[in-house]
Amino acid sequence: MNTPPRTLLSKIWDSHVVNATPGHPDVLYIDLHLAHEITSAQAFAELAKRGLRVRRPDLTVATVDHSIPTHDRSLPIADAAAADQIALLARNCWEHGIPLHGADSPHQGIVHVIGPELGLTQPGMTIVCGDSHTSTHGAFGVLAFGIGTSEVGQVLATQTLLRHRPRCFAVRIEGRRQRGVTAKDVILALLGRIGLKGGIGHVFEYMGPAIDAMSMEERMTVCNMSIEGGARAGLVAPDDTTYEYLAGRPHVPSGAAFESSVSRWRGLPSDDGVEYDAEVTLDASTLEPMITYGTNPASAVPIAARVPDPEALGNPAAREELHRALRYMGLRPGEALLGHRVDVVFVGSCTNARISDLREAAEMIRGRRVHPSVRMLVVPGSQSVKRQAEIEHLDSVFRAAGAEWREPGCSMCVAINGERLAPGQYAVSTSNRNFEGRQGVGGRTFLASPATAAACAVAGEIADPRTMEAGR
Amino acid sequence: MPLLRDHVDTDQIFPARFLTTTERTGMGQHLFFDLRRGNGGPEAPFILDRPTMHGRRILVSGENFGTGSSREHAVWALMDFGFRAIIARSFADIFYSNALKNGLLPITLAQSAHDDLIAALEADASVAVTIDLAATAVTLPSGGFATFHVDPFTKRLLLDGVDEMDYLLTQREAIEEFERRHPAAIDTRAFPE
Ligand code: SF4
Repeated sequence: MNTPPRTLLSKIWDSHVVNATPGHPDVLYIDLHLAHEITSAQAFAELAKRGLRVRRPDLTVATVDHSIPTHDRSLPIADAAAADQIALLARNCWEHGIPLHGADSPHQGIVHVIGPELGLTQPGMTIVCGDSHTSTHGAFGVLAFGIGTSEVGQVLATQTLLRHRPRCFAVRIEGRRQRGVTAKDVILALLGRIGLKGGIGHVFEYMGPAIDAMSMEERMTVCNMSIEGGARAGLVAPDDTTYEYLAGRPHVPSGAAFESSVSRWRGLPSDDGVEYDAEVTLDASTLEPMITYGTNPASAVPIAARVPDPEALGNPAAREELHRALRYMGLRPGEALLGHRVDVVFVGSCTNARISDLREAAEMIRGRRVHPSVRMLVVPGSQSVKRQAEIEHLDSVFRAAGAEWREPGCSMCVAINGERLAPGQYAVSTSNRNFEGRQGVGGRTFLASPATAAACAVAGEIADPRTMEAGR
Repeated sequence: MPLLRDHVDTDQIFPARFLTTTERTGMGQHLFFDLRRGNGGPEAPFILDRPTMHGRRILVSGENFGTGSSREHAVWALMDFGFRAIIARSFADIFYSNALKNGLLPITLAQSAHDDLIAALEADASVAVTIDLAATAVTLPSGGFATFHVDPFTKRLLLDGVDEMDYLLTQREAIEEFERRHPAAIDTRAFPE
């Protein structure tokens, strides 16, 4: 009997269905639950109220990233509410036997950076976290998605969730990236193409030569921003690049056990001839460094583009929205983005704070100075990234240029840890969201790659990383 | 109450800097905080603060409502302020499921019904709309009806006052059986040193 071809998504889904009742959502098993300080407290409180225990502390791990400041760890946390929240997480973890990579742990870091680096993220798994950028882990062929706090409670208590099977959206990236075009530019270009809600109800499966050629860290950058396109999750089929990355990581089995895992993982990629519910194709060879001009991540354009004119839009709602965004950003239609003033440059976040991102930014900065009118923050994604960067003396490169070298955390990506923009300031940020007020009340964000961000830091204005490289 | 724009994101609904709370009550005071202080745009006072809008329980908005972060605080803040339903052209996935889990009804109407509703609200922002969950229907200001869709399973839970956690807890045997045939790939407690 021939079984019909299945997608990677279907294979993972099918192997995690605990109970499928017609007309009901499936009861889906969760292999790994990542917890952090800001979306867990109310869930633990809910368990306490119902007299429930955490069902599988061995499938749960916690860290602190969102509200912990990234200044020197020996300094106290100035915000009392943040300090209480962090202390409460520690107490909840201790009570339930959940391992916590706290502020003083050598493994602390942004939750989506430490999962992969510790080898907790393995192909074929289901992973959830009370954070929408859980999609990052999809780079390993993992069904990983963000959940709300009620669901955090459900997973803590039952290790399951109720879910309807999502549809699968094939995102083909053909061709080869040109020099100076990064994974961040690829995902920003995709968002510019499909918009903020193109992926609603779907999981993206990224495929094609440009994805195959990417490193794991680049694939994570792409999957990270799936949610910005409306998709709960993004997937890349595991391949040799994946297995090479995983080999030798702390939670990954070794020796014969690793070989047997790999042979199991090799069965995961989508079968030939499988049909997708939706498809889009992008040619990587035509892409340029990208930047956003508006107040959502889909407002991405090639860096040399001009600010679009709302009056050119046919749809009145879209016109009004763009007017509003440009007012907020203080930009005029038709204005060039290149050369626009920049006050702050933030290199960090679960999108772009892994070692390759820091190398990319450091390469641009090396031997140059951060412009005197710019404050540049470099925030490694984890303690492990920080250690590696220091081994490579990247910290000295940044410091010598006049940038701040900080402790790991979400920092100015979410601006709830004291690190934020002042009203009216312009930031070029390697993070993933540029919503109004996201990086501080009244703060204005341009999203871009680490190379672009670093080039802007040097120039003191929006600059093309390709010309700066050439002008060396 | 009309909030007639698209992509109302969770950073607007509940600004991130209030996320350090560990409670789930009293969040209404931070609802649309930055818009209400006039930092976000030209609206002054923001519609939420207009006296005629007091006590409103239904919020009407555009496309992709609740986009952005997974924070359930956005739902808690809307409910704490008094809202019981959101009628939008479309919703972001995570917001949609967070809303249902807390009994905040996310409703999408047929395009023409939504257009009618918006036209009525634009003429008079204080017109009344009623929602009947059992019938999954909305009575429009024009007097017409429009139906909406709620997943039948979720509707059952909402009407019975059972939440998903209660339901999942009834699955215990199936979960145990699943765990026997699906050994864990990892043990987070086996600390790497
Ligand atoms: S770095 Fe930003 S997007 Fe990533 S988990 Fe932290 S707050 Fe969320």
